[in-house]
Amino acid sequence: MRLLTVLGSLGFLLFATLSGLEAQQTTDVTEQEIERYRAMISDPMANPAFLNVDRGEALWSTARGSKNVSLQQCDLGEGAGKLEGAYAKLPRYFADADRVMDIEQRLLWCMQSLQDLETTDIVRRRFSGPGVVSDLEDLVAFVANKSSGMKFAVSISSLKEREMLAVGEALFYRRSAVMDFSCATCHGDDGKRIRLQALPNLAKPGKPAQETMGSWPTYRVSQSQMRTMQHRLWDCYRQMRMPAPDYASDGITALTLYLTKQAEGGDIVVPSIKR
Amino acid sequence: MMMPKFVFLCAIAFGTLVAHIGNVWGQQPAKASLEQVEAYVRNTWKSPPAGWESRIKQDETQRVCSQFRNDPPRAEYAAIKAREIATLVFPADGNVLGSWKAGEAVAQTGTGGQFSDKDDTVRGGNCYACHQMAPKELSYGTLGPSLAEYGKIRKFESAEAKAAYAKIFNAQSVLPCSSMPRFGAHKFLTEQQIKDVTAYLFDPASPVNNP
Ligand code: HEC
Ligand code: HEC
Repeated sequence: MRLLTVLGSLGFLLFATLSGLEAQQTTDVTEQEIERYRAMISDPMANPAFLNVDRGEALWSTARGSKNVSLQQCDLGEGAGKLEGAYAKLPRYFADADRVMDIEQRLLWCMQSLQDLETTDIVRRRFSGPGVVSDLEDLVAFVANKSSGMKFAVSISSLKEREMLAVGEALFYRRSAVMDFSCATCHGDDGKRIRLQALPNLAKPGKPAQETMGSWPTYRVSQSQMRTMQHRLWDCYRQMRMPAPDYASDGITALTLYLTKQAEGGDIVVPSIKR
Repeated sequence: MMMPKFVFLCAIAFGTLVAHIGNVWGQQPAKASLEQVEAYVRNTWKSPPAGWESRIKQDETQRVCSQFRNDPPRAEYAAIKAREIATLVFPADGNVLGSWKAGEAVAQTGTGGQFSDKDDTVRGGNCYACHQMAPKELSYGTLGPSLAEYGKIRKFESAEAKAAYAKIFNAQSVLPCSSMPRFGAHKFLTEQQIKDVTAYLFDPASPVNNP
């Protein structure tokens, strides 16, 4: 009942947000409304993204693939099946794959190597939408939630992690495409905004990076979906006029490691809810 | 008996210090080489749509600005400036001013050229993303300086209008490694659109010049 009411208000807010695109004064009011609304539903039971957490939990323990096993033996870095705190240390190096992986890459790895699951359709449904449920978004919500209340602590101890971090930093400053944008164009200074949208400074360690990274995955009110960092960076590359980056590719992992390093020590409170 | 012990302790202290320095150095992420970064880029955009390949590759100016994080040394600065000035194309009849009303749409429009857009989506300059322009428009970004009353402040002089046209055509012909897009050089906006948005800045009737 309560959840239905909340979903109703979300629908209304989405409508208000869209109308706001036309009349800017409305957007101002909408921003305040959403801020107030966000404070109001700090109660986890009222955040629709907890539906994703529940679905993710069910998927985690469902036997699938030609091996007909669940993901419960998947090693996210803390040992097979250990979920607590695993997300706080990702992306990280995995010896079995001899690669640095982010959460999505690791989940796909486990599906393929542990379950022998055909992932083409799962990757096709990587981003949820009307009538499309994303297994990966649900699983990330579930896994990330098991690190809620903890702090980011990525390790940069192996050679491959060091390379990933260095490349991530270079990608952050890499200008390209018809707008000459890099991530730093929009996220390289304190207190900037694009139109009325505040932009976090992600070019240095500190509070903006911590609060940003510590709040993903998140329920995006404007999209009526829960989203992960894969989607956020895909969307920023869209604004940069770059082609869509491949899902779960190393460039996205490199950027995610760089951003997570900037957010080191930051509190993880996920899934959150945002504009 | 005192001496060897002292030496021993010193050795331990020295060893710890060396290990510590080594550790600190080890923690410093080495800079990635250009080849490394470009290998990741190729791997992240394995099969871009036809016609989009050039967006993934950097031109020389993008490469140098990225390398020096938009603060190029003197020689590179001069090289970029010369190269970007060479791209400038002014309207054949010398008139850089179009219609301010059409220019307002160019300044307000933030779509076009994104992978979510259709091929025929009209492209905008999205100037309001970064600049204050008409003082009455409250939704503006702060990545660039305010352009409110831009033409009025410059007494609507035609040389100033021509300079603004050049700035919009290729921001880096004026300031190498500026974060403002090179709208004309990339053929992102048409000559007419650049004339229109220049008129938006320089027409005395434009809302930009009327608080
Ligand atoms: C043209 C401007 C622009 C560029 C370039 C850009 N972004 Fe963004 N970014 C935005 C906007 C706008 C938002 C949304 C802010 C909001 O909704 O609060 C955003 C949001 C984000 C967020 C989430 C912020 C939050 O508080 O949840 C992250 C992380 C991020 N960007 C990283 C990047 C990275 C990494 C790159 C480069 C690959 C990049 N951005 C390039 C404009 C940009
Ligand atoms: C991504 C951000 C961005 C966008 C989009 C952008 N600009 Fe700029 N612009 C800047 C920055 C930053 C500067 C200051 C640095 C410089 O002079 O290059 C600037 C400078 C200028 C100047 C020179 C101001 C002066 O000091 O005299 C003009 C004129 C200008 N922009 C016009 C425009 C117009 C017109 C558009 C849209 C067609 C536009 N800009 C789009 C970022 C942007």
